[in-house]
Amino acid sequence: MEILAYAAFFLTIALTYAIICLGLNVQWGQTGLFNVGIAGFVGLGAYVSAALTTPDAVERIGGFDLPIVLGWLAAMVAGGVLALAVGLLTLRMRSDYLAITTFGIAVALQLVFQNTESLTGGAFGMAFIPRPFSGLQSEPFAFNVLNLALTALVVLVLYFLLEHLLRSPWGRALRAVREDEVAAQALGKNPILLRIQAFALGGAIMALAGAVQAHFIGFIAPGNYLPMMTFQVWAMLIVGGSGNNRGAILGAVLVWAIWALSGALISEIFPADQQARAASLQIVIIGVMLCAILLWRPQGILPEVRSVSRHLGLRNKDN
Amino acid sequence: MNPQAIIDGLIAGSTIGLGAIGLTLTYSILRFANFTHGDFLAWGAYLTLTVAGVLGGLAAGLGAPVYPFSFGWGLPLAMLGGVALTVALTLGLDRVLFGKLRARGADAIIIVMASFGASMALRSLLEFIFTAKPVYFTKALQIAKPLGLGMRATPDQLLVIGLTALLVLALHLLVTYSATGRAMRAVSEDPGLAGVYGIDVAKVVRVTWIIGAGMACIAGVMAGLLVQIRPYMGFDLLLPLFSAAILGGIGSIPGAMLGGLIIGLSEAFAVQIIGAEWRAAISFVILVIVLMLRPQGLFGQKEA
Repeated sequence: MEILAYAAFFLTIALTYAIICLGLNVQWGQTGLFNVGIAGFVGLGAYVSAALTTPDAVERIGGFDLPIVLGWLAAMVAGGVLALAVGLLTLRMRSDYLAITTFGIAVALQLVFQNTESLTGGAFGMAFIPRPFSGLQSEPFAFNVLNLALTALVVLVLYFLLEHLLRSPWGRALRAVREDEVAAQALGKNPILLRIQAFALGGAIMALAGAVQAHFIGFIAPGNYLPMMTFQVWAMLIVGGSGNNRGAILGAVLVWAIWALSGALISEIFPADQQARAASLQIVIIGVMLCAILLWRPQGILPEVRSVSRHLGLRNKDN
Repeated sequence: MNPQAIIDGLIAGSTIGLGAIGLTLTYSILRFANFTHGDFLAWGAYLTLTVAGVLGGLAAGLGAPVYPFSFGWGLPLAMLGGVALTVALTLGLDRVLFGKLRARGADAIIIVMASFGASMALRSLLEFIFTAKPVYFTKALQIAKPLGLGMRATPDQLLVIGLTALLVLALHLLVTYSATGRAMRAVSEDPGLAGVYGIDVAKVVRVTWIIGAGMACIAGVMAGLLVQIRPYMGFDLLLPLFSAAILGGIGSIPGAMLGGLIIGLSEAFAVQIIGAEWRAAISFVILVIVLMLRPQGLFGQKEA
């Protein structure tokens, strides 16, 4: 029973990463936009949602005690608006400017989380974030399973929504821009507008993931949203298969499993005083893995499925 | 306003500028934003420290401080070794990773991503080998001497500023007047066309890494000498480096240096006005302003 409760806990965390991966897949997988500030968007979502839903606290502004769902929605709006602003600023320029700017966004947001004590609780973070099904907290199994079901539901809804969206004319136009911007432009598509839309959608999904994660754990601190997180999410999407939504979910669960297992292994093998040091080996492994996949299997485990218009497929069958 | 901020800014700016030179060259010649570059600074510092340790074991007299500086002849000697090892590291990384991706014709953004992965791996490797605890080149304490106008600096700090000026001047002359420099500019304009004209593109790529890694190592040693050596020292400088390179104009060596100085000075003044905890945000603010007002940077040409 305890192991099952842990498995449910583990899967829930992995699925919150799957949500981030789905957001990144809209940006990178479909549109080819390199976001190096994922942790910033996730953190923004977590903090916005936490500020709105926590009970009133003396030491900081915020704490409106709103329902969790409103927190989730507000997080999405915040993430979308931030991504929109970044997109407007950089998406007219060379692709690496976006990478550098998003990297900067994550650094700047990290400072905001750290330094604006009156809003974010500073280095101590924010506690008492309401958890879904909190009435059942005394029964870890039921609590974890119900939360797993809720998170899985969010993943499923997003998955079907995104699959539908990406097979729509809009999704095809996104991929057209990614593959050949000039050709897409010649066909009357506006590449900059499409990129900005995709970036904003991805940013909103990442922020939602941050909110879901924050409400599941019930506590957030600036240290959760370091560049390390960005890096893990990238490894997840690249391993799973960029451009493929199922790949994004698979990669999230797989890389999170590798991460958790190697962490457990390290705490078994190394003595306590060497563990912090050995933990850095985990990162080396993931970094080498990311580079190796880019070199030898850039399409990841589940490659992108070529999708063209349904009507085109029907016509081909007729022939 | 404390005029000391000018000295502090110039010193920090020297490190940022030297680091940004390598970044701006790889950006314009190899055509990708190299997220590993910050870690070259950290590796340069640690490699130099390792060489210094070996040298100190061979000849103990090398460690004795040479007046008026806080370090002995061992450190400049070790830095030569550190530069060579950092160059070897970047050439090796180019051979197993970046060069392979280039040869495959991979999109620039894939190479950026690979550099991001390599950056995490390299930095964590440093943390594994040397632990996260800061280390120092020298334990000697230096008294800052008054320079007038209420400013003070240690001899080490003045040496860093002077050495930076010399290096930038030499590099600028090399790239402007030598045949290698012309070849570098040709490749940055159009690698394919440069190859057709008989320019050895592979050699230009090597020279770019050698200059970039050399400057990164020296910048890392300077930061290590004046502040401390940590595995994250390079990563923490990455955003200032990128901002300096973009502010100066991608591909411009004087631009990168000037960009570095502007960022260093802005940081030093911001620390006095707003507070040290916001220091890291300054380069981001400058980056956003440059992207809004003059995305090609101070010395850059508008993209065709």
